[in-house]
Amino acid sequence: MTALPPPSAKKLGLVIDLDTCVGCQACVTACKGWNDQGYGAPLSDMDAYGSAPCGTFLNRVHSYEVQPEAAAPQIINFPRSCLHCDNAPCVTVCPTGASYKRAEDGIVLVNESACIGCGLCAWACPYGARELDAEAGVMKKCTLCVDRIYNDNLAEEDRVPACVRTCPTGARHFGDLGDPESAVSRLVAERGGYDLMPEMETKPVNKYLPPRKKGAVEASPLAPLLDVQATGFAGWLDRLLEKF
Amino acid sequence: MHPAPSVILFTVLSGMGFGLLALLALGAAQPLGLAALLHWGLGYGLAVGGLLASTFHLGNPQRALRAFTQWRTSWLSREGWASVLTLFMLAPVALAAIMGAGLPSFFGATGAAMALLTVYCTAMIYAQLKTVPRWNHWITPVLFLLFALTGGAILTGRNGFGAIMALLLGAALFYSFRRGDGAFAERGATIGSATGLGALGEVRQFAPPHTGGNYLMNEMIFRVGRKHVRRLRIIAILGASLLPAPILVFVPPLPWVMAVAAVIHLVGAFAARWLFFAEAEHVVGLYYDAH
Repeated sequence: MTALPPPSAKKLGLVIDLDTCVGCQACVTACKGWNDQGYGAPLSDMDAYGSAPCGTFLNRVHSYEVQPEAAAPQIINFPRSCLHCDNAPCVTVCPTGASYKRAEDGIVLVNESACIGCGLCAWACPYGARELDAEAGVMKKCTLCVDRIYNDNLAEEDRVPACVRTCPTGARHFGDLGDPESAVSRLVAERGGYDLMPEMETKPVNKYLPPRKKGAVEASPLAPLLDVQATGFAGWLDRLLEKF
Repeated sequence: MHPAPSVILFTVLSGMGFGLLALLALGAAQPLGLAALLHWGLGYGLAVGGLLASTFHLGNPQRALRAFTQWRTSWLSREGWASVLTLFMLAPVALAAIMGAGLPSFFGATGAAMALLTVYCTAMIYAQLKTVPRWNHWITPVLFLLFALTGGAILTGRNGFGAIMALLLGAALFYSFRRGDGAFAERGATIGSATGLGALGEVRQFAPPHTGGNYLMNEMIFRVGRKHVRRLRIIAILGASLLPAPILVFVPPLPWVMAVAAVIHLVGAFAARWLFFAEAEHVVGLYYDAH
């Protein structure tokens, strides 16, 4: 059913920290790797070894340059994937009911066996979260690794989306954004997490944490460690050597 | 947006077909015998042919019947229902006209209303998309309905009505081009709001996420041919509106005259519909610093 369910209490989603993301593309690779072999049609590549390779990905990492008015420009790496919107326009436009939002946890999914590949949901999404697979002719999108997060066969620490599990800098956080006490909700509150394109009124669940202010160089947290006063034998040696 | 030939064919032809069916059902022309068969046949042919063309761009057309299930929320599904209901409801009207039998005008009137409702649903598939500011406006359904009525009037030889519709269509096209050019900026989505980084400073793309193309870029960030926009707009307004209108008013409605007018109108309609897609900018382009 492509009518949106009433807003769920549980809203699983991602919080992406633009301050710590280094743009290594590990999440892109991990996502493609995991989603190639489990849930739904594999993410195909066309002309993979040719001159114009093109493929389906559920997660893409952009790099932007921000030029503040009176400071050095900043490079910000920007992962972009499905935001699992509360008011998901991709769901209501679907003519077949293939596109749906789960009432229990808010994950937006595609029932591939009902998808006719008309592409209208991808048109309705402002974020470019959906890509039509050229091989299977069905719409692909982030599943929030629904086949990992509830999977009892995996070790507890692996029951998070593949992108989160693999991120080497801890820039991706997974959790329940409907619970104001969850770690991700507290992170959003502390760091001023925001929505992408709020003017589209999609009410995204995923949040982005802005880069921290880069002002004048602050005192290094390691500075006290550098100011070592040698004592004992080392102290005697220190004083002795200074005499020469 | 990528101007897929199948979608352009579908929207232009089925729009004209449903316009013709609506006017025939209202008794705008009352051909008899073979002429009736040809008129109604053309209406059904255009409408059904257009609908078939629309399945060519589907990834899995064998499941197309599923598109009838979500009429509560989806304009695409509603369009499917409206078109099939129209074709069924007008079948007795068409048969009666061909056989020379009479039917109460109620049948024709409801069928005509359904035909126009179908065109409205087609337009709303595009007009509902907030992501494409150029389409997300009342002018989109007005344009589609005027195209249907103009095409239908030309094919039924309703000269006076056709000329008025053609001129209204020209005005609507002119307005849609003018208004559409500022629509994206007016919506307020920028690379700053798309990334949320606008508050920090001026944002520009440093490196794209992939060096090759992808579905998003092929489908929604179409920029080829925009350099011909001015000429195509003139062709669209001349062909769809300004050339057929005087033909309809000043030349007697002989079949071949109407055929010429219809062909000129179609050329304009195809140019206008190509522009409708090619000029439409999707907000996802902002992430690629291009739209």
